[in-house]
Amino acid sequence: MTFNIYDFTELTRSIDDGLKAVMSPGWALFTELVLIGLVFLILYALIGLFLVYAERKVCAFIQNRLGPNRVGPVGIFQTIADLIKLLMKELIPIKNADKLLFNIAPFIVIIASFMAIAAIPFAKGLHAIDFNIGIFYVIAVSSLGVVGILLAGWSSNSKYSLIGAMRSGAQVISYELSVGLSLLTIVVFAGTMQLSGIIESQANGWWIFKGHIPAMVAFVVFLIASTAETNRGPFDLAEAESELTAGFHTEYSGIKFAFFFLAEFMNMFIVASMAVTIFLGGWMPLHFGTGNLFNHIMDFIPPLVWFFGKTFVVIYIMMWFKWTFPRLRIDQLLTLEWKYLLPINLFNILFVAFLTLMGWHF
Amino acid sequence: MENNLLKQHLEGLLPEAVFAENKQYTEVLVPSDKLHAFCERLKASPELQFDYLISLTAVDWTDHFMLVCHITSTAFRHVLVVKSRIDDKEKPVADTLSDVWKTAEFHEREVYDLFGIRFRNHPDLRRLFLDDDYGFPLRKDFTDETRMIVK
Amino acid sequence: MQEEIIKNIILGEEEDYLINVGPQHPSTHGVLRFEVSLQGETIKKVVPHCGYIHRGIEKMCERDTYPQIIHLTDRMDYLSAHMNNEAVCLCVEKAMEVEVPERVTHVRTMLDELTRIASHQLWWCAMGMDMGALTTFFYGLRDREHILDIFEESFGTRLIQSVNTPGGLMQDIHPGFQKRVKEFISYFRKKLPEYDQLLTDNVIFRERSEGIAPLSREDAIQYGVTGPSGRASGFSCDVRKSEPYGIYKKLNFKEILRTEGDTLARYKVRIGEMYESMNILEQLVDNIPEGDYTAKMKAVLRLPVGEFFQRVETSRGELGVYIVSDGNKTPYRVKFRAPNFSNLFVISKLAPGYKIADLIAISGSLDLVIPDIDR
Repeated sequence: MTFNIYDFTELTRSIDDGLKAVMSPGWALFTELVLIGLVFLILYALIGLFLVYAERKVCAFIQNRLGPNRVGPVGIFQTIADLIKLLMKELIPIKNADKLLFNIAPFIVIIASFMAIAAIPFAKGLHAIDFNIGIFYVIAVSSLGVVGILLAGWSSNSKYSLIGAMRSGAQVISYELSVGLSLLTIVVFAGTMQLSGIIESQANGWWIFKGHIPAMVAFVVFLIASTAETNRGPFDLAEAESELTAGFHTEYSGIKFAFFFLAEFMNMFIVASMAVTIFLGGWMPLHFGTGNLFNHIMDFIPPLVWFFGKTFVVIYIMMWFKWTFPRLRIDQLLTLEWKYLLPINLFNILFVAFLTLMGWHF
Repeated sequence: MENNLLKQHLEGLLPEAVFAENKQYTEVLVPSDKLHAFCERLKASPELQFDYLISLTAVDWTDHFMLVCHITSTAFRHVLVVKSRIDDKEKPVADTLSDVWKTAEFHEREVYDLFGIRFRNHPDLRRLFLDDDYGFPLRKDFTDETRMIVK
Repeated sequence: MQEEIIKNIILGEEEDYLINVGPQHPSTHGVLRFEVSLQGETIKKVVPHCGYIHRGIEKMCERDTYPQIIHLTDRMDYLSAHMNNEAVCLCVEKAMEVEVPERVTHVRTMLDELTRIASHQLWWCAMGMDMGALTTFFYGLRDREHILDIFEESFGTRLIQSVNTPGGLMQDIHPGFQKRVKEFISYFRKKLPEYDQLLTDNVIFRERSEGIAPLSREDAIQYGVTGPSGRASGFSCDVRKSEPYGIYKKLNFKEILRTEGDTLARYKVRIGEMYESMNILEQLVDNIPEGDYTAKMKAVLRLPVGEFFQRVETSRGELGVYIVSDGNKTPYRVKFRAPNFSNLFVISKLAPGYKIADLIAISGSLDLVIPDIDR
């Protein structure tokens, strides 16, 4: 069993071979699924904890504050303490709520984000499933979360929650279009929907550099639309704490609230990693020209560092949005999508199709 | 506007108006049945233009209520105190001024809440601060043994 | 009849979607309840309900002596506590015909303007928060802290100073007062443009405030909307100009007037007033006259029989104090014409036709302080 931090294909194959040697193929597959599930659960929890901490530190930095600084060195264990607090809090049952839907709504939200993470390639050979329609899969699964939000708002039997859920439904369905179309721009360039294929096509340069202006436009549109799709500020109308107290999760407490909270952060991670995979070369290092010293140094940095580094840069940008902009109003939100982003996107995709047809891209 | 000139104008508007001693502002006492018409004329008169009601309140003088309005003109900046006596202590009623100055609607609700003076033709006369069955606390005979400290 | 009206208002029409904004709501800045009828997200009707923090201050005033009343007024509009104090003091001094030392009026005016800046800073924080820009809160509070430090150094209190007493001040200002004020002015002149960079010039903020809920000058006068909210509609209602008290007569300052009357205009008037207040402070800070910090007053204050009215410009509008005295040491009747009281009810005229998010922005731009409404 060889361990290579630049290519995980051999590692995963050797685990597969080892398992198949000791048990039947069916059991081997089952064991692999359990292993992957465990790994993802731990990863999910770790990323969630880290992102909550990062958001609080970034927000504090923007707001001239220190942020958490009491639990552990520079407050690093603050989120763990918060998690323990949330676990121990009472789950308040709501009278006249639809009990079944009320209880499964947080799970739907968290399962949707959990499913999407499966398709993300973290490094070469390091992803759970490499679909040949990876992009479709991610778009389809990530929009399932809104079902949970709608159910949460509806079943809480609270007017604020219902308004929040209605807003969220309108918002996610609208912005889904822009997310999909901006991703399609690169699909047209790359000629494949397989995520690993898209990354391979960026070996000689990231799409944001190779794809002329249309790729830049698509990237900006994707950033805006995906921020809206994850219900984060300045598009956090579904929560809108100054208008709807807490929007769709007003009535949730304890660990059920924590599920919504965690799912929001994981969705942010997922859209950021999609932006990285599609536009910024995924785990590919940054290259200029061919065969020079700079490229060699860049190659030396492991792909996992590249992937997470780029993802957190994108996440930082999304946090920056949230902590500087005021919130949009619902009609302005929909105007932005249907009157600006969607037409821009449609023209962009036509332009890209033309460019690809003429072979005018790098 | 000069105090005397103002008085002349006011006498022109309402001959039975009585002027009272007030060091600060011109003060006029109006019969309560003439109050509404007088205020309408105050606002409409081009020489006076009392268009802004600063405050409307009441005072409980144990044997009668006194409505007190402080009004001013945004154009000329002269201030007038209009008073109106309500003799009926049992069922005090006055005409509403809310159609003359919109802000009076809410000041009247407050007066109704705290003094129990009802206003005729008021569009929305409800208690503003207190419960419906609570007394009228700014009346001098109001007592609340549990919640009030009397010195 | 009465029951029917109440029933209609509480139940609304059948197809209305009624929500209660408040009394416990993050954006009402206190215990105020708006009963909002919605159609979709659009507001059809807003009915404000108050009284959740009614403490009967006017009734308590009938029980207390004049120096005691002053400390009750702190609890009305706590963000312009000093102006409220000053209003009662001026009214009592006028009634007793007391000559107040020049140092006192000078210092009082300076405290007025410092309080006005501090109040507008907190309003700016809260306005940003209402609009969803959470960072504004910390920028505003950072600068407000400097003013509160000045108060703390001189009087030992921060939010409400309680330093006024009929005839003057309870204690003299700290020797470092002038230096601290000068430092603050030079500091805040640098920091105030940051407010514009962060919020005023933001595209989303502009979109959400420009042309939203315009209030005409006539309506502002009809509803008695005073202070910055009234001046944004072109209603020249600054008592410092129309009935000057203190040493405002001798000062050179502008009354900030705008004509649009929308949310953005109300916002800009307050930003402009912060600049103007700094101008006033600059005129005053270098020439505080020497002298006593209080006039000689009797131990027990009795006002002559009569009625006295004093108007003062607080940071939210015109405060009127109406004292009826029967010659005793306690007043016969005290009425406070609270600025927020009149400013509140205009919301049921402004908000219909706009969205819920706009309601929050409008109530933020009116800058309501709830204890002042209920008293």
